[in-house]
Amino acid sequence: MIVLEKRPQPSQAWSYATPVVAVLATMVFGGLLFAAMGKDPVEAIRTIFWEPLFGEFAFYYRPQLLVKGAPLVLIAIGLSLGFRAGIWNIGAEGQYIVGAICGAGVGLAFYPHEAWFIFPLMVIAGAFGGWIWAMIPAVLKVRFGTNEILVSLMLVYVAEQLLASMSLGLLKNPEGFGFPGSRNLQSYDSAHNAELITGTGMHWGVVAAFVAVIFSYVLLKRHMLGFHIRLTGEAPRAARFAGVNPARLILFCLGTSGALAGLAGLFEVSGPSGVVSIDFNVGYGFTAIIVAFLGRLHPVGILLAGGLMALTYIGGEIAQSQLGLPAAAIQVFQGMLLFFLLALDLLTNYRIRAARKEVA
Amino acid sequence: MDLSQINPVLLVASLMVAATPLLLAAIGELVVEKAGVLNLGVEGMMIVGAITGFAISVETGSPWLGFLASAIGGALLSLLFVLLTQVALANQVASGLALTLFGLGLSALLGQGYVGIKPPGMAELDIPVLSDLPVVGPILFGHDPILYLGIALTAAVWAVLKYTRVGLILRAVGENHDAAHALGYKVVRIRILAILFGGACAGLGGAYISLIRVPQWTEGMTAGVGWIALALVVFASWKPWRVLLGAYLFGGVTVVQLNLQAAGVAIPVEYLAMSPYIITILMLVILSADKSRAPASLGRIFHASH
Amino acid sequence: MTTPLLSLQGLTKAYPGVVANDNVSFDIGEGEVHALLGENGAGKSTLVKMIYGLVKPDSGRMLLRGQPFAPPEPRAARADGIAMVFQHFSLFDALNVAENIALGMEDPPPMGSLASRIREVSETYGLPLDPYRTVGDLSAGERQRVEIIRCLLQDPKLLIMDEPTSVLTPQEVEILFETLKKLRSEGTSILYISHKLEEIRTLCDHATILRLGKNVGECVPAETSARDMAELMVGSALQTPERASRAFGEVALDIIGLSVPSPTEFGTSLRNVHLTVRKGEVLGIGGVAGNGQDELLGVLSGEILTEADAVKMAGQPVGRLGPTARRRLGLLSAPEERLGHAAAPDMSLTENALLTGSVRENLENRGFLKWAEARSFAERIIEAFDVRTPGPENAARSLSGGNLQKFVIGREVLQNPEVLVVNQPTWGVDAAAAAAIRQAILDLASKGAAVVCISQDLDELMEISDSFAALNEGRLSTPRPTAGLTVEEIGLMLGGAHGMEVAHV
Repeated sequence: MIVLEKRPQPSQAWSYATPVVAVLATMVFGGLLFAAMGKDPVEAIRTIFWEPLFGEFAFYYRPQLLVKGAPLVLIAIGLSLGFRAGIWNIGAEGQYIVGAICGAGVGLAFYPHEAWFIFPLMVIAGAFGGWIWAMIPAVLKVRFGTNEILVSLMLVYVAEQLLASMSLGLLKNPEGFGFPGSRNLQSYDSAHNAELITGTGMHWGVVAAFVAVIFSYVLLKRHMLGFHIRLTGEAPRAARFAGVNPARLILFCLGTSGALAGLAGLFEVSGPSGVVSIDFNVGYGFTAIIVAFLGRLHPVGILLAGGLMALTYIGGEIAQSQLGLPAAAIQVFQGMLLFFLLALDLLTNYRIRAARKEVA
Repeated sequence: MDLSQINPVLLVASLMVAATPLLLAAIGELVVEKAGVLNLGVEGMMIVGAITGFAISVETGSPWLGFLASAIGGALLSLLFVLLTQVALANQVASGLALTLFGLGLSALLGQGYVGIKPPGMAELDIPVLSDLPVVGPILFGHDPILYLGIALTAAVWAVLKYTRVGLILRAVGENHDAAHALGYKVVRIRILAILFGGACAGLGGAYISLIRVPQWTEGMTAGVGWIALALVVFASWKPWRVLLGAYLFGGVTVVQLNLQAAGVAIPVEYLAMSPYIITILMLVILSADKSRAPASLGRIFHASH
Repeated sequence: MTTPLLSLQGLTKAYPGVVANDNVSFDIGEGEVHALLGENGAGKSTLVKMIYGLVKPDSGRMLLRGQPFAPPEPRAARADGIAMVFQHFSLFDALNVAENIALGMEDPPPMGSLASRIREVSETYGLPLDPYRTVGDLSAGERQRVEIIRCLLQDPKLLIMDEPTSVLTPQEVEILFETLKKLRSEGTSILYISHKLEEIRTLCDHATILRLGKNVGECVPAETSARDMAELMVGSALQTPERASRAFGEVALDIIGLSVPSPTEFGTSLRNVHLTVRKGEVLGIGGVAGNGQDELLGVLSGEILTEADAVKMAGQPVGRLGPTARRRLGLLSAPEERLGHAAAPDMSLTENALLTGSVRENLENRGFLKWAEARSFAERIIEAFDVRTPGPENAARSLSGGNLQKFVIGREVLQNPEVLVVNQPTWGVDAAAAAAIRQAILDLASKGAAVVCISQDLDELMEISDSFAALNEGRLSTPRPTAGLTVEEIGLMLGGAHGMEVAHV
């Protein structure tokens, strides 16, 4: 018989090893899944993980890694602060949408005027949009004790409807021949989040993601607020005893994650996407949850996890076109990764050993 | 705008249909939460139930087998949640989210060949005389059997929790798992059974959407119903009959807004479509003052150390 | 000699790093009250868990009336006539008395007839209880009654009681003893676990003494002096704390007419509490747990805010200040619950030192943390209070209860408080550590700090406090000088017998 035994303290070694083991286990089981679908598992895994980085068209895919990874990292960093404190914002997808709408809205309001201050204003508006959307669950939780998980999630559906309404109404391109969707910001210089260095995929969102990683690292390691965030997650009563104001912490964590998600939305709409359209959001807000956990809620871990997840997105697209692997298979693959990670986390806090024979 | 198109009898009858997926999922989750487990994967289990039920109905031509398969599918997915939270002692919030994300992906994968197909229908109850009564007939006696199953399940859960020893033990485990363990009850076993029951109910609820309410298969067709079911349990203060009431309330909102859309009210379609979600939030706010009924061990990890 | 009811033969149980029971053997006779005596951590709980089927022994065996007895689970033990009253109650707050009792029975009758049986038994044994009351609303003494009646309804052959008197007032203890004596006269055997020697001398026929998991001796308590038993139990002579005689200074802490609703559902609200502590004074606050102790600590630590004037430090209103601001002024506190309240279990000792020490020990600079200083503060605590740990990077949960408690108390004492509030400073702590903690509290007072010590342990309060007050259902009695107080008077201050009556023999 096998028993679990709580370790006197969490194992450092396992906390680094679990993400790696989880990725390996996902490759194995993902391979089995692909095999069950009649695809060559080795080929599929190779296509997903190798092709984007070192394949024939890597020069094209590598910049895409930054483009896909940046919003994931940006959102996940924000989420990780809350998750560490036991504050569960799972509505980043909605905050991402509202950030994009607000940012794009500000930009489009100036159209066709060209000026240097337009893009910075859009950035502020994007962050504000995400922030205000996240403040709804935050304020309701502080004021009425409402469950933030459910409220933030409900607001995703509301945001999606808002997005539909905007792209069909207020923000619709007047010169778009009646098609839904806004003007393309890529062709409006003052509002375009263009590549900073051509051919690298590096845009302002990538810069913001790196800044967020550093900011979060310093906050968690060196600052009292970060200590309080960790303390609240580990032992809420001890946090109160230490003098943490739970309401302020909720407002901070939800607000920050909302603002970062809003920023991610703004950088996306003004850069890679260009238009506010009904299908603008592609699930970054949810995938970022996986990224946050895969990175063990640690800033550097999230950076790596964001890269890995971006890889599966791009690799998945390649596998889709080359091997005919359905897009949903990649979604399953990503979900599987989160499963393995959560399951293996057990080894950080518990030791598994065979129980001695019971005496009759 | 033409409100006269809206027929109140049909409105009530279709409200009951709209409420049933919610009711099934929420009553299952209520049992899970009463046992002290928070499974946020309802949405994932519903969508997996929706596609397994749909696929099996189409393949076998029998909606009954479809519903049976959907319950098994939902329960199987919840088995993953069991492994994570009861065996690997993972955080329940994160595990529930994982279940939902995985379930959405899995259902999309399973459902690839089923887009645009019409499933076999399920005969509605037809009791001579009773079903033909004006007003009362279509509302009370003119539905499919699963709708009545939902109501029967609510009654059964209420009775079991209130009057039986099994119910008492289930509540005890949810209130204080350490004390229940000290008295010799198998906390983990009881919770596993509750989670599987919740999974089966969510699966049924999902299949009700794809087989009866819509009826067809599209990706992500549960559209947050699983999350509303979670909210409903809170809203109902963990009481079965209040779940029923809440489900009919939300069903009512959904049906009314759909009817208003159809009637061409001056409010844009998107704002009508977001109303069920906004009303859910408002309900949560109004009722979040009353926290007292939440099972005390809800969401806490149990590990028998000694 | 007749066959004993239960015979334990060479029971051994080891956990990683500790042998909880090492080859323990003894017999419990029919109709005998058998004491199991030992310090915290001596292995008493593990031993009874083996008898009750919660834990399986690694080796050794048990005989029940001569037959091999190895219950795989509590249900089996109960079926064989073993019943147990737990130290930490195994009750369900949100359920009512009858439901709680039904959960502890194999084949409970329908609720209606169960309720009338509860009334019947409770009155026979002088333990009145309303079967339909919600358990969360009951006092500690009443909750214990629920457990006892749950056991009695099973007609047990052996009743195990784990530290039953720690939650009772002296008067309630007397009534409990009457009940137990009545049970003995009816032929029920009782295994009575305690570390209180006088109780054992009055009640028990036979005693087995455990130390560090081993059976170190047996005796007939009535014929053995308390001192001899204490030495067997502890293994060495204990130091009683020294207290220097001292003069009290000005008023350091003042609570005037404080009423606060409890923040938790089944908590106790504080009602019109007055108290004054002077510099150099130790005020002892006695009372059975659950009478407002946690709330009082919260009010003083700043976790529960009140009107500004209700709590004053040296005349200055502090009622609206949070914990950090109060620490800045020198009002420090140490809550009862070590893991999760006073300390974060999964965080290192360095981080736990930072938890309350940041303001007074200057461990932050405009919000940025000084880890090196925090670490050296943790090292100073470990050093000064003899905390046994490999180093400050270890997690709090890796420490034993006594060591962690020394760390928690040491952390506050080393910050030189003006006023220190402690709740249950030695609960679950071995005797040596308890003595060290009490000495530290007395030393602090002799340096001029005011100390409020909340404790259930009356002996402890008599030992260290200058004045004594009792908390009962959220009300605080008027403090009186400790010197000259009798047990009777203390008992009355604690609320007497809470409406219990002596068993109808």
